[in-house]
Amino acid sequence: MKIKLKDIAHGRSGDKGDAANVGIIAYDDNGWEVIKKYLTADRVKKHFEGICEGKVERFELPNIRALNFMLHNTLGGGGTVSLKYDAQGKTLAAALLRMEIEI
Amino acid sequence: MKEKIRIASGQGFWGDLIDAPYHQVTKGDIDYLVMDYLAEVTMSILQKQKNRNPEFGYARDIPALMERILPICKKKNIKIITNGGGVNPEGCANAVLKVAAELGLNDLKVAVVVGDNIKDDIDEIINSGAQLKNMETGEPISGIKDKILSANVYFGAFPIVEALERGADIVITGRTTDTGLTLAPMIYEFGWDKNNYDLMAAGTVAGHILECGGQASGGNFLGDWQSVDNLAEIGFPIAEAYPNGEVIITKHENTGGKVSFETVAEQLVYEIGDPKDYITPDCIADFTSIKLEEIGENRVKVFGVKGNPETEFYKVSASHSDGYSAFGTLTYTWPQALTKAKAAGEIFTKRLENLGLEFEEVRVEYIGYDACHGKLASQLDEDQINEITLRLGVRSKEAAPVERFGKELAPLILTGPPSVTGFAGGRPKASEVVAYWPALIPKKLVHPQVKILSLS
Repeated sequence: MKIKLKDIAHGRSGDKGDAANVGIIAYDDNGWEVIKKYLTADRVKKHFEGICEGKVERFELPNIRALNFMLHNTLGGGGTVSLKYDAQGKTLAAALLRMEIEI
Repeated sequence: MKEKIRIASGQGFWGDLIDAPYHQVTKGDIDYLVMDYLAEVTMSILQKQKNRNPEFGYARDIPALMERILPICKKKNIKIITNGGGVNPEGCANAVLKVAAELGLNDLKVAVVVGDNIKDDIDEIINSGAQLKNMETGEPISGIKDKILSANVYFGAFPIVEALERGADIVITGRTTDTGLTLAPMIYEFGWDKNNYDLMAAGTVAGHILECGGQASGGNFLGDWQSVDNLAEIGFPIAEAYPNGEVIITKHENTGGKVSFETVAEQLVYEIGDPKDYITPDCIADFTSIKLEEIGENRVKVFGVKGNPETEFYKVSASHSDGYSAFGTLTYTWPQALTKAKAAGEIFTKRLENLGLEFEEVRVEYIGYDACHGKLASQLDEDQINEITLRLGVRSKEAAPVERFGKELAPLILTGPPSVTGFAGGRPKASEVVAYWPALIPKKLVHPQVKILSLS
């Protein structure tokens, strides 16, 4: 069965230097089990091919059913140096919600 | 001791809704108004303004705002805490006192927190053994020392606590952590012990929730955003704090927006790294310990927060000049909007190449297609595309090639693909690139100072 991440989670993203952080929050406990199991650092790295040029770190916040990803080397040198339109990675949470997960 | 205090966020960055602080002090009861004005980029802008005029260098919206809210705050006994002093907290305080004099508020006490500005002390700091290495690259600061535009240490809550203890009605700081602005009144009012790290962390988490203004109360909400009522009149968040460290996030009644588990959770994950290791000058907060519970309409309880002792370092944010950049846009319409924009991009980059201009980077993006999401963007049926905006950007260590780039853009209209518009703003100008230098400095090398200023 294919699940759209957008249907089970929401989130917010922003900048930390040249890294972007993408926080993803499941709407309920079932959704949390799905993202905890399937939303791995490797999958996220692959999803952001061409955007994230560095490593992806993954952290769990089970207390709010959330995962936090640090996407290193992603913002074209960081907020003020970057030539990117989305220099602060503000739209990357929405970009991650495009993912479809086969469960 | 008060049973609870209500701390209201009035500003999430310099340039936020001008009327937000006014609504916070008029639409309901609060005890403190906290306003964060300082993003990293703001410090270098303020430093440039101060270089031009030594009386400037602070958020210059503040005096006009004070004219509106000071009489109300005085009457309702609301204290104001802000880091809008930028690189000139005393200049800001003097401007506020001038407003107070005009309003006849002659007994107003304004405190400033200074000592965070280390721009002129870099050599001394290096000589004392601190290299101020870039936290991302590991390079020592000596290599960019001559290009530094601003350098500030992030202080925490305690200088503000001292200011409140000394009777300040308004506290104006330079570079203070956003979280410290909110934590400070809790420490002061409830007499919290600085070694009680769970309490330090509880106030820090409340500060993190408040620091981006409306982002905690329904703004920029990626969940069910259409469920957020009346964003036009969004109420900024309020932290109702209790002596045991519990905090209820809420907003004034009869305002728009929404405070829910989801809106607060989104703000919790905003711009964090390792959630167990949220480092401030006051403590290390563990974001995996935070519990959220909706306890009423637009009321979310934040509790159970755990913290650990602070580190031996302050964070430094320095900025330095790092070349020039410029951007320009043109919009192409149906038919074949994307194909035209792509062709224009190719023509343009070929012209730059032929001119032999040297850039560190040239970037071509297609707004309306994939500028934000890159390869993740859906492929579109070209006949369905109404218009695409071509966005061109360049960066160079030298100003000249960037200026020349600006002159090449308008000619594309008459010498490139058809049905193009959107060149009303004139030639793109080269602007200075300001790069950031995050570093750590041993706490023992810098000392915050609190001064009280008044009219009498």
